[in-house]
Amino acid sequence: MSVRHRTSARAPARNGAPTSARERAPARDRAPARDRAPARVRPLRHPGWTPWLYLAPALVVLAGLLVYPVYQLGLISVLEYTQAQVSGGEPTSFQGLANYAELLGDAQFWDVLLATVVFAGCCVLGTVAVGCGLAVLLTRIRALPRLLLMLAALGAWATPAITGSTVWVFLFDPDFGPVNRMLGLGDHSWTYGRYSAFTLVLLEVVWCSFPLVMVVTYAGIRAVPGEVLEAAALDGAGVWRTWRSVLAPMLRPVLIVVTIQSVIWDFKVFTQIYVMTDGGGIAGQNLVLNVYAYQKAFASAEYSLGSAIGVVMLLILLAVTLVYLKLLRRNGEEI
Amino acid sequence: MSTRPGARPRVRRPWRSVADGAAVLIAAAVAFPLYWMVLSAFKPAGEIRSDRPVPWTLSPSLDAFRRVFAQEDFGRYFLNSLLVAGTVVVASALLAFLAATAVARFRFRLRTTLLILILTAQMVPVEALTIPLFFLMRDIGALNTLLSLVLPHLAFSLPFAIWMLRGFVKAVPEALEEQAFIDGASRTRFLWQILFPLVLPGLVATSVFSFISTWNDFLFAKSFIISATENSTLPMALLVFFDTETPDWGGVMAASTVMTVPVLVFFVCVHRRLVSGLGGAVK
Repeated sequence: MSVRHRTSARAPARNGAPTSARERAPARDRAPARDRAPARVRPLRHPGWTPWLYLAPALVVLAGLLVYPVYQLGLISVLEYTQAQVSGGEPTSFQGLANYAELLGDAQFWDVLLATVVFAGCCVLGTVAVGCGLAVLLTRIRALPRLLLMLAALGAWATPAITGSTVWVFLFDPDFGPVNRMLGLGDHSWTYGRYSAFTLVLLEVVWCSFPLVMVVTYAGIRAVPGEVLEAAALDGAGVWRTWRSVLAPMLRPVLIVVTIQSVIWDFKVFTQIYVMTDGGGIAGQNLVLNVYAYQKAFASAEYSLGSAIGVVMLLILLAVTLVYLKLLRRNGEEI
Repeated sequence: MSTRPGARPRVRRPWRSVADGAAVLIAAAVAFPLYWMVLSAFKPAGEIRSDRPVPWTLSPSLDAFRRVFAQEDFGRYFLNSLLVAGTVVVASALLAFLAATAVARFRFRLRTTLLILILTAQMVPVEALTIPLFFLMRDIGALNTLLSLVLPHLAFSLPFAIWMLRGFVKAVPEALEEQAFIDGASRTRFLWQILFPLVLPGLVATSVFSFISTWNDFLFAKSFIISATENSTLPMALLVFFDTETPDWGGVMAASTVMTVPVLVFFVCVHRRLVSGLGGAVK
C-alpha cells in the first residue's frame, strides 16, 4: 500500500502541479524552447476552427443551461414576479432595483448574510486545519495506521451529502443517538438551539470535506524533497515550526487552491442545512443565503426576491473567484 | 535513499507510537458515522428505538432493507437515479474530453478568457439557479421528466470536469501527437484512437464528481418532478422515511446505506487517479 501511495503522491508533481518552486521553474523554461522547435508539423500553431469544433458541444450546453439561466436570474430579480405572473394571470412589470432595496432593507437578510459568512468561515477554517493537521500526521506514522486513516477519510469523502446529513442527525438524535449517550448529555436536542444546530452542521461539513484537503496536502508534502525536512529536523525544528517555516511556504500554491475551493463550496452549502435543520431551522434561525433564496422563491413564491438573493451570492462568489485568479497569477501559474 | 516518511530518521520512537495511536483513534472516529449507518440498517427495530444504543447487534435483521425495498416504486427510483447519473457521467465525460483537448492542446484566441470563464462557472451556486431553471424546464416542456434532471446536472458538472481533465490531457506528451501526424493519422483518428484511451483513466476519475453530484441531488428532483412521482429519484425515497415527525431511523439508515454503497465502491476503485487528477486540477 505504501508503494501505491508513493506513486499516487508523485503523480501530481508529474502532471506539473505547483507543488514546489523547483517544479515550476523548468515549466517556464520549457515554453520558449517549444517556440524554437522546428515548424515541421504544427497542428497546435494554426489550429483553425478545430478547437472551436471540439468546444462547441460543451459551449452549447453551458450557454443554454448555465449562462442563459444566470441571465434569467438577473432579469427576474428586477421584475415583479410572484405566483400571479408564473401562472400568467398578471403581466410581469419592471421594478428596477426595488427588489434589491426591499432585500437590503430587510433585517433578516443581513442576519442571514452574516450567519452565512461566519458559518462558511468556520467551515473553511475547520476543514483546512483538520486536513493539514492530518496530512502532517500521515507523514509521521507507520504504514498500517496511515492506510486506516486514508481509508476512513476516503469513506467520509465518498459519502453523499444527503446520506451524510441523515446519518449525522441520527448520531446526535436526542432519543436514540449514541453521541448524547457517550457524552452523557441526556436528551439534549442539538437542532433546537441556533448555535448548537450550526455546530452540528459544521461538524458534518468538516467531516465530509477535510479528506480532499488532507489528500491533496499530503501529496504536496510527499513532493517536498526529503533533505529539506531533514535539514529542518537537524536545526531542531519541531512539528509546528517545520510546518510554519518550511512546509506551509513551500505548499502555498496548494494551500491557496484548497482554501479557495473550500470557500466556494462552503459558502454554497445547501443540502446539509436543508436536511439537517429541516429547511433552515426553527423560525429560520439556521438559514444560509442559498437556502434562504430557495425558501423565498419556492416556499413563499417570491421569485424576484429569491433571484435577488441569488444575484447577491453570485456577486460575492465572483469576488472570491477574482481573488483566486489574482493569487494564481501572482504565483506565476500559466492558465 | 528512500523518501518514504517511514525512512526519515527525525521522529523519535515514543512519539511515533503516540502518533500511530492518535491516527488509529482518529481513523475510528472518522469511520464511525459510516459504521453506525450500516450497523443501524441491520439492527432490529427494537434495538434502534432503544435509549441505550450499543455499538453492536446480536440479531442482525434485514427488516429495514425490506421496508425500504417494499416502498412503492423504490426499485424504480433507484433505476431513475442510476439512469440520470449514468447519462450525465457519459455525456459530461465526452463533452469535457473534447473541450479539455481543445483548451489543453491548441493555442487559439480567447483561450485564456475561456479558461477563466470555465473557472468562474464552477462557482455559480447551483441552487440559486433553481428558479430560472424551473421556468426554462417548464418552457421546453421537460418538467416532470428525467430530462429535467439530466440537463442541469450536465451543465453543472462540465466546468469542473473540463478543468480537471485538462491536466490529464496535458500530461500526454505532444511528441506523441506529432508522431501520429507524421504516421498519417488524421486528427479525428488521433483524438479517439490514441488520446482517448490514454486519458480514459483520468476521465473515470473525473466522472466521480459528476456522478456524486448527480446521485446526491434532491433539490432538482424535488423542484422539477412535481406530479410524475414515477420519475422521482433515490434521495426523494430516502426523505420519505426522514421527513416525518418521528423518523423511521431503521429505514433511513437502510436507504442511506443503499445510496452510499455504489458511490463508495466507485470511489475506492478510482481514488488513486483522483489524487493525481486533483493535482492536475489544482493547476
